[in-house]
Amino acid sequence: MRTEPVVLTVAFGYLALLFVIAAWGDRRAEQGRSVIGSPTVYALSIAVYCTAWTFYGSVGRAAEYGPSFLLIYLGPTLAMLMGPLLIRKMVRIASTQRITSIADFISARYGKSSSLGALVALIALIGITPYIALQLKAITLSHAVLVSYPEATDFRLADESFWTDKSFWVALVLAVFIILFGTRHLDASERHEGMVAAIAFESLVKLVAFLSVGVFVLFVLFNGPADLFAQVADDPALVDKLGLAAVPGGATGWFGTLALAFFAFLALPRQFQVLVVENVDERHLKRASWLFPLYLLAINLFVIPIAMAGLLLPTGSSDPDSFVLTLPLAAGLDGTPLLVFIGGLSAATSMVIVETIALSTMVSNQLVMPLLLRSRHLHLSTQGELAGWLLGIRRVAIVLILLLGYLYHALIGDSYSLVTIGLVSFAAAAQFAPAMLIGMYWRGANRIGASLGLSAGFLVWAYTLLLPGFAQSGWLDATFLTEGLWGVAWLKPYALFGLDGWDIYAHSLLWSLVANVGLLVGVSLFTRQSPLEQTQAALFTEAMNPGLEHTSLWRGQTTRGELKSLLGRYLGASATARVLDNPGDTPRDDSDPAPPALIARAERALSGALGNASARVLINSVVRGEALDLESILSILDTTSQALEYNRQLEQKSRELARIGEELRAANERLRELDRLKDEFVAMVSHELRTPLTSIRAFAEILRDSDSLPDEKRVHFLDVVVLESQRLSRLIEEILDLARLESGRLTLNPQRLDLVALTRRSVDAVHRLQEDRGVALEVDLELNEAPVIGDPDRLEQVIINLLDNAGKFADDDAPRVRLHLARHKAHYRLSVEDNGPGIVEEERERVFEKFHQLQYHGESADKVRGRPRGSGLGLPISRGIVAHLGGRLWVEDAPTLGGACLIMELPQAPH
Amino acid sequence: MSEPRRHARLVALVVLAALLFSPPLVLVFDHPSATGPSRLPLYLFLAWALVIGMAAWLMEHWQEDG
Repeated sequence: MRTEPVVLTVAFGYLALLFVIAAWGDRRAEQGRSVIGSPTVYALSIAVYCTAWTFYGSVGRAAEYGPSFLLIYLGPTLAMLMGPLLIRKMVRIASTQRITSIADFISARYGKSSSLGALVALIALIGITPYIALQLKAITLSHAVLVSYPEATDFRLADESFWTDKSFWVALVLAVFIILFGTRHLDASERHEGMVAAIAFESLVKLVAFLSVGVFVLFVLFNGPADLFAQVADDPALVDKLGLAAVPGGATGWFGTLALAFFAFLALPRQFQVLVVENVDERHLKRASWLFPLYLLAINLFVIPIAMAGLLLPTGSSDPDSFVLTLPLAAGLDGTPLLVFIGGLSAATSMVIVETIALSTMVSNQLVMPLLLRSRHLHLSTQGELAGWLLGIRRVAIVLILLLGYLYHALIGDSYSLVTIGLVSFAAAAQFAPAMLIGMYWRGANRIGASLGLSAGFLVWAYTLLLPGFAQSGWLDATFLTEGLWGVAWLKPYALFGLDGWDIYAHSLLWSLVANVGLLVGVSLFTRQSPLEQTQAALFTEAMNPGLEHTSLWRGQTTRGELKSLLGRYLGASATARVLDNPGDTPRDDSDPAPPALIARAERALSGALGNASARVLINSVVRGEALDLESILSILDTTSQALEYNRQLEQKSRELARIGEELRAANERLRELDRLKDEFVAMVSHELRTPLTSIRAFAEILRDSDSLPDEKRVHFLDVVVLESQRLSRLIEEILDLARLESGRLTLNPQRLDLVALTRRSVDAVHRLQEDRGVALEVDLELNEAPVIGDPDRLEQVIINLLDNAGKFADDDAPRVRLHLARHKAHYRLSVEDNGPGIVEEERERVFEKFHQLQYHGESADKVRGRPRGSGLGLPISRGIVAHLGGRLWVEDAPTLGGACLIMELPQAPH
Repeated sequence: MSEPRRHARLVALVVLAALLFSPPLVLVFDHPSATGPSRLPLYLFLAWALVIGMAAWLMEHWQEDG
């Protein structure tokens, strides 16, 4: 199983599988069915953070320094938890600015500065390339352990020829892979979907491999955690391994490493690549922000058990970094070690792939392109030629970076400085964090401050970590470590300014960040920003501001033709056509002026391919006049918050206006209605007055003209005239009452009275009349006394009116009316019901309108015919009087007789 | 629930996590148990799992429209 051919077949078979997955991912992307459009794949791709250094090194670190290895993963947990706030903003900025790498990000933030971008790219190259070498070393080493176990493996790599070293061939295969799947598009800000799919797959492989070793160690070699830790407790050498005492630097070292991992996670070029550049949808951050920490937790779960087991059991190997392999090998297993080897290979290759893509983009866009742009003759190149150039540069950069990594590994692979490069690289990457994070939230940070801060941080890092590493590897005279530079004690690299006893990484991080942040903030406070810097600073800090989306920043002038030829030179014809031709646009002439939005689009397209700094140089070369509408963008940003407030107030005002308008319309409606009612009222009154007048006049004329009228007839006619006159005066009296009621001039004489007595009197008054009409009047007074406050005459008028009405509308054949007086809470209710047809629900309020006459239809219409008609004013007047006395008058269904029931309610008089 | 409130909860969670993972609290748990080694790793894993669980709850209940 562990023979060379088998191992090689499996290893290169695994790499071939990566090609298949990446090709499949790219093909799916072209078909528009992306495989990486899920938060889970996104989280898995972020797990490129776990390199071979995690896979093999965590156990080694745990065996040596106890739980401090966990800090490397707790820091990123904290950073990832802030994802929905912090990383989301980075993603938003990167997508609007077409950011291609962290160097591009920092360069774009500080006024698209070429020099700053180049500085970041250089630091990354120096700080990170050895880290790639470390991965290749891990591949070589794990391969050697796998094949030659149980023989010792401490051979000197430099003594061997490179073609016998498997990691050389792995690097070569990876170079082909990265060129194939990492440089397919010219636009580096586009996603490398196949590559991301392969990385996510690799993350799964390394997790499964590590977990299977863990389960094997914990449950096969030992009987579960209890057994293992009981044995650990018995070994005095191991008891102290798990406490803080084993952590270098104690509490400060602990905190320093946590901070280091936090910053490095955000600023490592490969993390920036997968977190920001390859992010498909910023909403994926929500799930990834807990899923990725969960991944870290899972992959670290068995680190301590494996480390403890390795220290407890004889494995034949003294190197804790190889425990993951040697434990299953010592147990005589064949398959598991191979799986572990593949897991380690996947951890190493995924890191190498992403890191190389990120670094090669930086090298081509931040280091090579700006130099090429300065040489004049390139601008004269023919259509599309530069597009090929760009890809060529990137591919050469990939091969060179991998070669450099391999050379490091081959030449100084066993040196101290390479073995410790993991955290040293972290500290180098952490130098990017201040310029990036402060730049995202503080608009005042400027280019000079960022450049000086970065340089100073880098120098301090080199002095406190890199050079001492060289010295310990024997390349430098090590006396400056113990004596300080030039014998100055406070310059000792591990105890700068006399700060002794710290963990070297915490120590270096502290001083480098102090220098970095101090200069960035201090210098920014005392120097000025260029206009472009101000704009970019504003665009970065306000990236989440929705007001920015549709703002056009351009004011300069150029023609479509010029833009077209510029884009054509750098992007090729098809990409140029995509940028310039908006579907739906009418075809334009090349001599037409280019609209601002088009210039902005062209610059973004160039940024995606060349980086922000180079794109700006190119656009400036064809655009005349002040290109950027700086004033307007700054004023937009400065006033956005005010504008939002004004907006809110305006909205409130307009809502208020709308409400008032509604009220006015309602009032107007009401007035119109009243006007109409008034007209109706006048018409009604005229009509009501004319009817008796006409008959009086008619009879009077007959009496005047006909002398021979018999006395009998004459008397009858005179009776009619008298009756009609009475009716007329009653009507006028009622109209006056009504007018007084409505104008509020009705004078009442409220006094304490007994409603029972008043009701009896009223009944007596109408009793005769009702009897004449044949109406059976039933009176039911429940009380002996009902004291109310009221005007006796008016109240009597109301009661008589109610009884009179009821009599009129009672049943024709056997008319019945019932009066009922009862107490209801603190009121007295007098109800008058009849056995007539009743009043339908919707008519009940209308009977209280002036001159309202109930309309009866069909059969019931005949029944009321021939009855004495009311004026239609009785009920409105009654209601007005009752309302004036603090009571109510309304209609209900008759409870006993089945017709209508009018109820008057008056409050009980106070004692 | 409003977006600023979600953000406030998230920030509170990050602060809590930072506190749980940092020295003063870490020192509290750095005592050898009665039978053997320090309980620090156990505490760290439990705190870690707790933080992840809370983050998962917070994120998965985070409805927003963009």
